Amino acid sequence: MAVEHLNGKSFNETIASGVTIVDFWATWCGPCRMQAPILEAFEAEMSGIVKVGKVDVDEEPEIAGRFNIFNIPTLIAFKDGVEIARNVGVTDVNGLKKLAGY
Amino acid sequence: MKEKYDVIIIGGSIAGVSAALTATNRGKSTAVITNSTESSSLYKAEKITNYPGIPAATGKEIADILNAQLASCGADVIQGRALSVMPMGDSFGVAFGSEFCMGGAVILAAGITREKLYPGEGEFLGRGVSYCATCDGMLYRGKRVALIGNNEESDHDAAFLEKIGCTVLRFRDNARYEIRGGIKADTVVIGGTEHKVDGVFIIKDTVSVTKLVPGLEYAEGGIVTDRKMSTNIPGVFAAGDCTGKPYQLAKAAGEGNVAALSACEYIDKKEK
Repeated sequence: MAVEHLNGKSFNETIASGVTIVDFWATWCGPCRMQAPILEAFEAEMSGIVKVGKVDVDEEPEIAGRFNIFNIPTLIAFKDGVEIARNVGVTDVNGLKKLAGY
Repeated sequence: MKEKYDVIIIGGSIAGVSAALTATNRGKSTAVITNSTESSSLYKAEKITNYPGIPAATGKEIADILNAQLASCGADVIQGRALSVMPMGDSFGVAFGSEFCMGGAVILAAGITREKLYPGEGEFLGRGVSYCATCDGMLYRGKRVALIGNNEESDHDAAFLEKIGCTVLRFRDNARYEIRGGIKADTVVIGGTEHKVDGVFIIKDTVSVTKLVPGLEYAEGGIVTDRKMSTNIPGVFAAGDCTGKPYQLAKAAGEGNVAALSACEYIDKKEK
C-alpha cells in the first residue's frame, strides 16, 4: 500500500469501507507540501490498518465542495464512508492517529 | 534555499540576527525567515539611546547595520511569513508561502504577536477564515472575500486574490472586527455594518505564535521559556519581544544569543 491519489471514482470506493484518512491539498500550498512526508510516515506505520489517500482540490473541485473544504491542508477521517473527524492545517502523525481513532 | 538546515530562525530583527550570528559562528547551517525590515518594530523606533556600544541612533540606522551583518554572516535569508512549524521525525518542518524547509532546531524571534483573536476568528478558522491567501485563495476563485490587514503582505495578497478573480473588500483599519457565519464564515461586521462575503483573509504581520506552533506554552504576554530560552517543546527556542516584556533591544539581542547557543547544544546532543 501507499498514499493513493484519489479522483471522483476511486474516492468513493476507497472511503466506502474501513477507516480512511484523506488529505485535501494543492500544489501551490507550502503547508500541504510539508504534510506530504508526514502522511507517508503515517501510512508506513498504519499500513493495513488505515487507508491513506490524497485529493488535489484543484483537480477534484467537486469532492472539495462536497466536504466543505475552505482551507488546505484539511485532513478528514472516514469510517465506512462517513466522516468521523477532521483537522484543518498541518497535522502530525499522532494527530492523524487521533483522527483515525487510534 | 536548502531543503534542510541545522537551525531555522523565524524573525530577522535584532533577536533573530543575534541568533543567526551566533549559530553561523558555531558552524551551523542557518536560515532566517523574515518579513521586510520595514515591518519590524525596531525599524519604526524613533530614537534608541540605551543599546550598549552604539550611541544614540534611529531604529532604521540600527536595522540597517543588523541587515548588513545578517547578509554577510552566511545564513540564508528568506523573505516570507512563516505559517506553520511542525515536528517531523527528529526535525521540524517550517512552512512559509508556498514553500517549506526543514530544521534541526527552531528559534522563534518573531516579535510581538497578536494572540487575541477577533470574535469569531478562532471559531471560523479553517471554515472560511484563513491566514494565507496563497494557500487558500484558489478555493475562493471568482468569489467575494474580505481581507483584513494593513501591511505589505496584505497588499501583495490582495493583488494575488484579484488576479485569480476574487472581489476583494479591503479592511485596513486597526479595529475590532467580528466574524459571523453558519457552517462557515459569511459575514464581517465592523462598526455595526455587515459585509457579506464568501471568505475572510486575516493577514497579520506575524501569525500568532500559538497558531504557528501547535502546543506551544504561552502565558502573560509571552512564550514561556527557561533561562536557556527553551520552550516547552524540545528543539524549539524563543527570543526577543515574543517572550514578553521588556521590549528592549539589549534584552532581545541577549536572548537571541542564548537561544542560538542552546539550539546548537540541542543539535550537537542529538547527533551524538
